[in-house]
Amino acid sequence: MSESCKIEVIGVSKIFRRDGKNVAALAETNLAVREGRFASIIGPSGCGKSTLFNIIAGLMPPTTGDVTVDGQSIVCRAGTVGYMLQKDLLLPWRTILDNIILGLEIRGEPRAKAVERALPLMEKYGLKGFDSHYPNELSGGMRQRAALLRTLLYDRDIMLLDEPFGALDAQTRLSMQNWLLEIWKDFGKTVLFVTHDIDEAVYLSDDVYVFSARPGRVRAKIAVPIERPRKPEDLTTERFMELKHHLLELLSEERDPAEEIS
Amino acid sequence: MDAYNQESYCGAVRPAERESPKKEEDDAARSIETYDGELQDKKRRRRVLAGRILVGIFLFAGWELFTRIGWMDPYYWSSPSEILKTAWVQLTEGTLLRDIVYTSGSTVIGFVTGTLTGALLGLSFWWSKTYAGISEPFLIILNALPKLALGPVLVILFGIGFFSKAVLAFLMTVVTSAISAYGGVKSVDPALETLMVSLGAKRRQVFTKVVVPWSMPWIISSLRINIALALAGSIVGEFISSEQGVGRMIIYAGTILDINLVWVGVFVLSILSMLMYWGVILLEKWLSKRLAIISS
Repeated sequence: MSESCKIEVIGVSKIFRRDGKNVAALAETNLAVREGRFASIIGPSGCGKSTLFNIIAGLMPPTTGDVTVDGQSIVCRAGTVGYMLQKDLLLPWRTILDNIILGLEIRGEPRAKAVERALPLMEKYGLKGFDSHYPNELSGGMRQRAALLRTLLYDRDIMLLDEPFGALDAQTRLSMQNWLLEIWKDFGKTVLFVTHDIDEAVYLSDDVYVFSARPGRVRAKIAVPIERPRKPEDLTTERFMELKHHLLELLSEERDPAEEIS
Repeated sequence: MDAYNQESYCGAVRPAERESPKKEEDDAARSIETYDGELQDKKRRRRVLAGRILVGIFLFAGWELFTRIGWMDPYYWSSPSEILKTAWVQLTEGTLLRDIVYTSGSTVIGFVTGTLTGALLGLSFWWSKTYAGISEPFLIILNALPKLALGPVLVILFGIGFFSKAVLAFLMTVVTSAISAYGGVKSVDPALETLMVSLGAKRRQVFTKVVVPWSMPWIISSLRINIALALAGSIVGEFISSEQGVGRMIIYAGTILDINLVWVGVFVLSILSMLMYWGVILLEKWLSKRLAIISS
């Protein structure tokens, strides 16, 4: 199995020290995603999804375990995967174009070359004519598009997306999901996607990982056998509902015993 | 100047707000009212301007009149005509022009070097929390220290020439500037730093592409205060001991009881201060526009 896996998370756990006590954020977690697959992670809040992403992105070391890309360990090597955080984090003093080429600029690519690559992408993926606008002039959906193009242009085979559409309204969210699927189809990236939204997870993914509450760990891995390309109508089919129901059950089972007053 | 504008504007708007509830029943009336409001605003602004000019003229005319008829003692109060005359003589035959250049020179040099050094110092605190932690109390002490009281020491150290004035102006500005820049550095969104690291940025790149542009508004906000502080530093330096400068001229005029010349000095400094303030506002605007270019 490991032969064909693009990214593997092997026995990764994370323990934080807080007020002199050890707090486990992530129990031993194993994940494996094959090249070009779209995998989602859902789970209750505080299940360590963001911790896991920070570890995969090389921003913090795991307490145990290893993360490999193409068999090579990438622990603590920031910049080996594309990472899109919850907020769009566009730099307000830069134009949309200059925000999108930020990754290339950091890598030292000449501006003219970076622009040459960015402009066609902006045109194709709904940001045509916005290159000289500033982030505060754009709607939430547009800003999120810019942030995703920035991650895309950073040219990594793997993209981590941490609830990228969490702050958008339902309508915008659906159009953004289709937009993301289009990009994913065009570029064949391996995607790891965190979300709270079961519909979103099922609609987008090949595999859905259900995480348990703190300390987080993989509780179940559900394959989504809906053919692609997927259409908004798929959201109401019986198969979709069944899957959704199954996932809801898994999640609520997870919540019940540990029902905390919060 | 801005504060005055705002004050008179607010004062003028308030009565209109009080009137509005009366007409609330009728939508059409209200839309007409807002149109009228705009027109009234324009008229009001014109009236305010005319009023200001009139008050100015009255003040100076009254001053002139009262000193002439003896209600105000011209020995202390001089009079606008005498002051103008003295200023003209000083400009054409005396050293006023040279003094102005001297004072504004030390002010601007102190302001520029002080603000830049302070900004760099404040920004440098981003690089190490330990270094910033060690420095912070000293920065606060330096800020609390009345720098002007160091004047005599500086004159002894750096002589009675131009340099000691520039140093005093520098000291007046460097700490405020550092504290402002440090404030900016402390407020940088940590998520932006995370983003930069995830894009493979080195610390130096995080600094130049995020920390510096993020802190620019904080640095710019210290400019207006700094120009006034720098001028105060230069003048006090000249008060203590100097061979040139408007401050020296005032002290000299005071000792020989030439009240006219003291007044000339006061007015020249006021005008200088206003001009520099406007200069700084222009600089602010320019810097704000450049922000994008600086950062990329």
